[in-house]
Amino acid sequence: MNLEGTASLTEAEQDALAEIANMGVSRAATSLRQMLGEQVVLAVPAARIVTRETAARLVARDNKSALVAVEQSFEGPFSGKALLIFPEAQSLELVRTIVGEEHSIEDVIDLEQEALAETGNIILNACLATIANVLRRTMTVSLPTVIRGTGDTLFGASSETPEENMVLFLYIDFRAKSRDIKGFIALLLDLPSITAMKSIVNDYIDSVDPASVGTSG
Amino acid sequence: MKATGQGMQYNVLIVDDSKLARMVIMSALRRIRPDWKAIEATSAKEAIGAVESKDVQIALIDFNMPGTDGLELVARIRKTDPGMPIAVVSANLQDEIIARARELNAAFVGKPLTDEALAAFLSGAVLRLKKATT
Repeated sequence: MNLEGTASLTEAEQDALAEIANMGVSRAATSLRQMLGEQVVLAVPAARIVTRETAARLVARDNKSALVAVEQSFEGPFSGKALLIFPEAQSLELVRTIVGEEHSIEDVIDLEQEALAETGNIILNACLATIANVLRRTMTVSLPTVIRGTGDTLFGASSETPEENMVLFLYIDFRAKSRDIKGFIALLLDLPSITAMKSIVNDYIDSVDPASVGTSG
Repeated sequence: MKATGQGMQYNVLIVDDSKLARMVIMSALRRIRPDWKAIEATSAKEAIGAVESKDVQIALIDFNMPGTDGLELVARIRKTDPGMPIAVVSANLQDEIIARARELNAAFVGKPLTDEALAAFLSGAVLRLKKATT
């Protein structure tokens, strides 16, 4: 089965997934802006079906250094995981910005794990709740865990069979406008969930009056 | 723009790189103002072409688009059309985005789009257009 690339998503599905992810991540950026006290700039999202290895490679390409991620699993009509990922070198700076500059670096080190988990929880929930609301589905979201490592560690690239290895990968970069803080939000859906997601996305596309498209202008 | 029994009909430019987003906006527009005409543009470039060559009175513009973003597009349109009712449509509710939209004399409408939010913007737009012609 060759699903590499975007072959198994139609253009409409790809467009819809990118738009839905964009709404989720834009809400998440709004939450992050409140926490950082500064504007967060987003890239334009893309939705692709790739192997876990390719997903890890896409992340590694832009991030040569070690990464730290807050991961939350979600379950519902489709399940998968959402990750908020930063270069590891920036995580202390990020936490310090959020808790306030008046705290000593020692305090920040003590707080780092907890603050990262809480930051991830707020941001990823903003993203997932928006997606669930848009699609009119209910999702349950696990507690956040903080993981450190490379793209391979984060995305569980391993020796699974090729079918199990395919994921729907949504990836959006963000950066704080005037501080050296950047990272990205990634959503991964495993293969059984891709089918469910496609059907839900198509229901959503159908729920938007199709007659209103291409008949004007 | 045409006069009808129920009032003026306007042409609304809908700018979004996502087809789905344009569908959502157009079906809401059709429910709220069934007689109005929608003109689609998938990028800032197409939007500028439509503003220059077509009869467009109102614009609904996505913020996060490849190339020129929605606020840059509003700034370009403002050079030639300072009074056109424009709404920036985005899920990105950051203060700076909303403030920049206001500075450009544009409204801000959140995504996911609701009929109520779009209807409120369109009613305000009608008032502004009527005021401009009297």
